[in-house]
Formats: sequence, structure tokens, C-alpha cells
Amino acid sequence: MSGSGAAVGAHLDQGLPGTAPVVLRERGQCEVFCGLSSIVWLHRKMHDAFFLVVGSRTCAHLLQSAAGVMIFAEPRFATAILQERDLAGMADCMEELDGVVTRLLARRGDIRTLFLVGSCPSEVIKLDLHKAAERLTRAQAGVEGHQVKVLAFSGSGLETTFTQGEDQCVAALVPELPRAPVGERNLLVVGTLADVVQDQFGRLFDALDIGPVHFLPGTDTRAFPPLGDGTSVLFAQPFFNETAGLLAARGARLLSAPFPFGVEGTLGWLAAAARAWGVSDARFDAVTAAPAARAQRALIRYTEVLAGRRITFLPDSQLEIPLARFLARECGMALVEVGTPYLDRRAMQPELDLLPAGVRLVEGQDVDRQLERIAADRPDLTVCGLGLANPLEALGLRTKWSIELVFTPIHGFEQAADLAELFARPLIRSARLKV
Amino acid sequence: MQLTVWTYEGPPHIGAMRIAASMRGVHCVLHAPQGDTYADLLFTMIERSERRPPVTYTTFKARDLGTDTAELLKTCVQGVHERFRPDLLLVGEACTAELLQDQAGTLAKSMGLPIPVVPLELSAYSRQENWGASETFYQVVRRLLHAQVPQPGSPPRERVSGQRPKANLLGPTALGFRCRDDVTEVTRLLNAIGVDVNLVAPLGASPADIARIPEADFNCCLYPEVALSVCSWLERMFKQPTVKTIPIGVGATQDFLREIGALTGIDVTAALAAQASRLPWYSRSVDSTYLTGKRVYIFADATHAIAAARICAEELGFQVVGLGTYGRELARDVRAAAERYGIEALITDDYLEVEAQVAELHPELVLGTQMERHIAKRLGIPCAVIGAPFHVQDCPARYAPQMGFEGTNVIFDTWVHPLMMGLEEHLLTMFRGDFEFHDAAAPSHLPTQATTTAQPAQTEMAQPQTPQASAPSVTPAPGGPLAWALDAERELKKIPFFVRGKARRNTELFAAERGIQMITVETLYDAKAHFGR
Repeated sequence: MSGSGAAVGAHLDQGLPGTAPVVLRERGQCEVFCGLSSIVWLHRKMHDAFFLVVGSRTCAHLLQSAAGVMIFAEPRFATAILQERDLAGMADCMEELDGVVTRLLARRGDIRTLFLVGSCPSEVIKLDLHKAAERLTRAQAGVEGHQVKVLAFSGSGLETTFTQGEDQCVAALVPELPRAPVGERNLLVVGTLADVVQDQFGRLFDALDIGPVHFLPGTDTRAFPPLGDGTSVLFAQPFFNETAGLLAARGARLLSAPFPFGVEGTLGWLAAAARAWGVSDARFDAVTAAPAARAQRALIRYTEVLAGRRITFLPDSQLEIPLARFLARECGMALVEVGTPYLDRRAMQPELDLLPAGVRLVEGQDVDRQLERIAADRPDLTVCGLGLANPLEALGLRTKWSIELVFTPIHGFEQAADLAELFARPLIRSARLKV
Repeated sequence: MQLTVWTYEGPPHIGAMRIAASMRGVHCVLHAPQGDTYADLLFTMIERSERRPPVTYTTFKARDLGTDTAELLKTCVQGVHERFRPDLLLVGEACTAELLQDQAGTLAKSMGLPIPVVPLELSAYSRQENWGASETFYQVVRRLLHAQVPQPGSPPRERVSGQRPKANLLGPTALGFRCRDDVTEVTRLLNAIGVDVNLVAPLGASPADIARIPEADFNCCLYPEVALSVCSWLERMFKQPTVKTIPIGVGATQDFLREIGALTGIDVTAALAAQASRLPWYSRSVDSTYLTGKRVYIFADATHAIAAARICAEELGFQVVGLGTYGRELARDVRAAAERYGIEALITDDYLEVEAQVAELHPELVLGTQMERHIAKRLGIPCAVIGAPFHVQDCPARYAPQMGFEGTNVIFDTWVHPLMMGLEEHLLTMFRGDFEFHDAAAPSHLPTQATTTAQPAQTEMAQPQTPQASAPSVTPAPGGPLAWALDAERELKKIPFFVRGKARRNTELFAAERGIQMITVETLYDAKAHFGR
């Protein structure tokens, strides 16, 4: 270890080894996407939804640049670009929006739910998209045979970071969930999961006799799962702060668990549901032992590559803490620094409890300082956004794009090795290259 | 409000970033929220840049709006000055900050930094990326040269006799199409006729270099989208002439040399006679006969679109059936060019409008940007990328200029390659029902995936087909539905698939015009005789 030079120690207290993680806060330039980028995977999950960003050309440009999503001929997202005349009050923004929505829905008869997505400019000019959504929904109610539900949420970078866009979107769905009869139990799994992963979890819950199980968001935005005081909620992703509050307010019980990454995380996550359903330990072990053992076997190939290697996470997707826990505890990696855009204690406590003592945990960002620390620490692997990856590679540092972690199925037992492989690949590649 | 699915250009501050990222010793501060930092990846991913663009964002958040975003900007500017020590600072606002009216540029200018601070007014809600680049470049040049502007009426600078003339190459930028290689090629071209390059800007130039602009005898305006306003200003203020021909294509490169010859008094006949391009012979060689009259659709930035049209028409023997641009600034030039080919230019930044026109015109080759590549892929039409915006694969490792004589060689290969090869095409016409070669088989020299992409089902993965995603169908003729007799339909299928669409369209048009409702084999051949190939 090349040590974390004097300049680093000067403004970051790393905490004493053997104690709970000390959280250090930084403020400066944040090199993260805004919540709009969530649309990239949300629109793939919700097959009958369209996402209309009300914003600027920057929003449109971000959406098409962020993930190289131009493979879609006519995607189910678009931007209503505010123009000079909208801002100068020469045009009534609401009338303009109505016009855009009408044209859009006329083109796309396949759309059942339309999300109006707020952006930085729409928030600064205080465009009330919730009101617009209500009005447009009412207008739709009169249209025969083509009823579209219009909802609104914010993906603005003033308020949301990257994956928080999904939180805002799902939060907008919560009021739509029908009330479950009093005392009727069900399990609600919140967070976009790949279809294959959803099916795997469904089979495990079945075997544990936990159910009925619903997943939110689902592919059909018209089939809403019921929600009531008998509902227990498991979060599949760590970024559902707003949604959690709304679900709790509707009487749902939020289960506290680590997130289902790696064998340990998946076991802990399933166990939280099993406890809530009173599943016996014997039953739980009988159901999970085989897939857990299989996952562990699959992991070995990659832990050989990862063990002892040093990793730094730049704050980005909010998955940093759970993934750091997985890589440290199941793959034997050494955590140099774990950055997170913001720390949601409620969601993260079970994860924080599992993190190795004395880890350098940084909330917020000052990207220039963080890059200086990386240059000094020279970790074997840095998890970062697309804008920073090549410049770090050019310094001879290996990187992993964080956006891949939200686009790839990484949850659960069967994907544990795939998850490890994502981190092992840059190291394996680096070992292969002789140029 | 403008409904936008894909956008050709980014917002104007991306243009400002391109200027900053092109230059040395320049840093740009953008007053912008955190999400706007995505723009870094355009440089580091598409161009595989090894350094971050020299841009710092204030990344204000909702909580800052209640307090003092102006103070945040000042702290940021001060921090940038201390950390990066630039020779020149650009300060501008992205769309959201423009609404806050912090006057970022003016504010930074008033801070008394010991370096030139150039405030940028970027008009995020009315302008776009290329304008932003042009405006930023202009402001930088003006700021660095205003002290040198000669008195009105002073005579233009005289070249020292015996000294080789010097030229500035203006306009190449980061994220410009093939700028890196064009600069090398044009430099070679000029050196060969005895002209030295004084400097290239903005690409690779420092503020100190910009200050040397007046030392050159003339400016080459290589990319008018970026450099035209600077060149016009230099012409007015410094009496520095502008060479306006853009050397893309054989004819244009020769015109470029002639224009410089006339300007400098250099005899360029030897350079013109040197046969430095293989394109003329490749185009005249018999294999290229099959290129004759290929219907080509062109849509890109004005510079590359206009150049492509001339190459297609005069140097490859294609027929230009469509020409357009998304850049409104140079729309007039594109309109004039289109008129030369007897067509009307399409000026739009609406991707769907371009797509509709391509579908309607049924070209055999599309030359465009990454957008047109997607359109062409969806419609199953061969395509080559000729201008920005482009993806990472259009930023090749090899030397691949568009300008100069080597550029013409690159262009011949790149544009002809996606087409069916000459003899292959003839054999297909001969043996129509070839069991190994049919709609589902790709041209033999291209990877097999080329045909699967022709199926619209591939575009929206695992999605129910939307009406828009289906292949373009012929609009029913007025005065009754058109039907194909079974044997006519069978005969149509014997026509090679790459011209079948055109044959169907022509036949239906022919039938509709004559009020024929049932198309027979006879109608098919009547139409063929009427339209020719």
C-alpha cells in the first residue's frame, strides 16, 4: 500500500481501526448522473409505460448519452424541451404540455401509463407536473378505449442522484396501489429486478411458503399489487428512501435486511422475510442450502482473482456500501475507500453492521480531492462513472463502470458469481494484455 | 415546447466544453447542477480521451437554491484557479443556471483573477451545441486578440519576401468528425505546395498560440460550424483572408489548392497533376460500373453533407435523392447545394422527420450521422457515417481523414463497402431464386448480422411491435386499394431483394397513376419499362 499521503489525512479522518465506520462528509463537485438516468432501465422494465421528461436539451442529451441506449428505434422515452418562448411567458407551459402529450399519445396507442418527469429547469420555474398529471388523467378519462394514466415524478439533479430517480418513480406508483383487506398478508419486493431474477426469488419464496409475493415495479403498470397493514416490504435495492416512507405511512411493515448481493446478503434478505412469516430454521436451511452452496462454488473462480486486491468506490449508484460488504466479506477484497452519494441510515444499517471495522466511508463528493486520493492510494480497482473511467485507466489504474451494476442482473444466489465476475474482469483483462 | 426523441446536437454549453477540451491551458467553469457532469463521458468514452475535459461544474443542489448559488460559483472559480492554474478561464451557465440569473460570467470576471476570464452567454433555450462552440471560440479569440486589432484603415500585413506563406487551420475541435486526422492531412497538403501551418485552433492551441493568429497570411476555415464567425471577424479586423473551400473530395481538394494558389501566388499545377488520390481511377475502373445511379440519401452537419453530395454526384456517379442538415446556421448553403441536384433540402433537427423521408425515398445508401445509421439499420439500408454526432466506432484507431487526397481514398472505401459488390449484384439479378442468396443472407463480404438488423423486430427487444416500428408500407393509392395478383407477387419475389422495395413502390405508383387496381405480371413489366432500372 502506497499510503494515503499527508494531503489526504489533512482533511479526512480515517477513523480508528476496530471501530464502527466513521462517516466523513465531503462537499464539492459531484460527478454523478441525475435521477433521469433511471429512465434507461425503468422503461425496459415497465413495458407499457412512457417517460416524458419536461426539461431542456441537456436532459434529452443526457438520456441518449448516458447509456448509449440508441439501439431503440423509437424508445418509450422522450423530452419535451422547454424553449425561450415557454420561459418568456409567450407560451402557456401547461397548454404546450397538453399539446405535446396529446400528440404523443396519438402516436403511441400501446402506452398505458405516462410518466411526466420533472427536471432541473422544470423545478426551477416551478412547473407543477403533479397538477398537470391529474388534469391529463382526467382528460384521458373521457377518451374511449384508450385510457392512459398520467403520473408525475422528479428526476431533477437538484434533488435526485442517479438511482434515486427510480425511488421517485416508484413513490409515484404507491398512491395507485389498491388497499389490501385488513389482516391480509402479502410480501412486496421493491426495486427493478431482471425478469430472470424475479422468477428465481419467486421460486425461493414459494419453497419457503412465503406469499403471496408481488414485485414493484412490474412489467404491467396496470396490475398493481395490493398494499395494506398486512404487507411486509423487502427492498431489493438500497435507494428507496421516499418510497419507504410512503409505504410505511400506508401501514406496511418495512423489513430490515442486508441487500441480496452475494450469498450472505441473499441469505440475510430471505431470512428477514422468513422471520416475518415464521418459517422454521430447518425449513429455511433446507430451501436455501443447495443454492447457497452452488453460489459459493461458483464464486471460488473469481475470489481467487479478487482476494487481497484493493478497491475504491466513487459515489454513484448508491450500491457502493452493499457491494463493498460483498467484496470484502465474500471475495476477500480490501476496502480502500467507499464513497456514497448520501447515507440513508435506515436502509443501510444492516449493511453498515457487516462492513469491516475502520473502513473509510465518505458521504457526498469532491471529485478532484477524491481523484487525488485515488492517485495516492493506487487501488487495484476503482468503481466509478463513465466520465472518469478512461482517465483513471490512463493513469494505469483498473476500473469498473458503476452503470453496469444497475444494468446487469446481479441479485441473488445464481448471480453472485456474475457479480464477482464484473469486478474480476478488469483485473483478468489487465493480466492478459501485454501491450 | 418541442417533443424530442433523439437530439443531433447537445445544448450550447457542450459546444463550450468542446472548445475548452480542444485547447491547452484553458479551463471552463460551468454553473450547473450535478447531473450535467454526464457530459464528461462524451469525451472520455466516445473519443477515448485520456484526460477529463478541463471543466468544473458548480453542481448546485436544491438546498443551495435557497441560499446563495452565486457565492457557490465564486468559491468554485477561486478553487479552479488555485487547483488547475489555467491561462484562461471560460465561465458559462448550463440551462438550469441560466434560469437562476446569477450572471455567472460577469460575476467571475469581477473577481479580479490575474488571468483572462471569458464570460459566455450561451442561450441554452434557443441555441445548440455547434453555435455554442462557435460562440465560445469567437469570444476566446476576440478576448485574446482585441489589443492587437490594427487601427481602422491600416494596410494589411505584408508577407516578408522569400518567406513561405503561413496559414492558420481554424475549426478542428474535440468531438468533431475526424478532426485529428484531417489536421494532419491538410498540413501535409499545404506543406507540399510550400505553405506552412502557423497554428491549428482550437484543437491543440494554447491562449498564447491564439495570440499568434495574426502572424499568418490567411485562414483556412475547415469547419465553418465552429470557425466561420472567427474567420469573418479576422477578415474584418485583421484583413486576413479566409480560404472557404473545404477540402473534402477530389474536386473540392483541388479547388482548395487552386484557391490557395490564387491567394498566395503559388503555382499549384504540379500538386493538382500529382494524382495523389486513388478515387478517380477506382471510380472509373469497370468494377465500379454498378455504382452508377445508386440512390443516396445524405443528412449531416452542413460541412460534411454538402461535401458528400458533391462527391456522390461528381466522383462516384451516384444519384443524390435527399440532402439535409440539422444545423440551421448553415441551412442556406445546404439549400443551395440541394438545388444543384434538383432536390429540396431538408432542414430539421427532428430525427423522426428524417426517418420518414428516408423511408419514403427508399435510397440504396444512406450517408449520415449516428442517427441515420440507426434509421438505415432499422430500414435495412446500407449506411456510412460522414459527420457528427457519432459513436465510439466512428473514432477509429487507424489514420482515417476525410479531408485531402488520402481523405478521398478513405471515403471511397467507407462509402462503397456497405453496398453489394458489383459482380455479386449482377449474379443475383441473373439467378434470382438463388437458394443460398436471398433476403435473409447478407452481402458476402459483410458479417451475417447485417440482415437480421433489417428486421424491425430487432429494434425494440422483446417488445410488442408498435405501429411506428413496423416496416414502411406503401400508402394505399387514392381511388381504391391496390392488389397484387398472385403471379405478379411471385414475379416480384424473383427480383433481388435489395431492389425489390423500389420495384414494388414504382409498380404501385405506376398502377395508381393509371387507375389500375389489380397488378399483374404485365403491370410489373410495364412499370419496369416506364421507370428504367
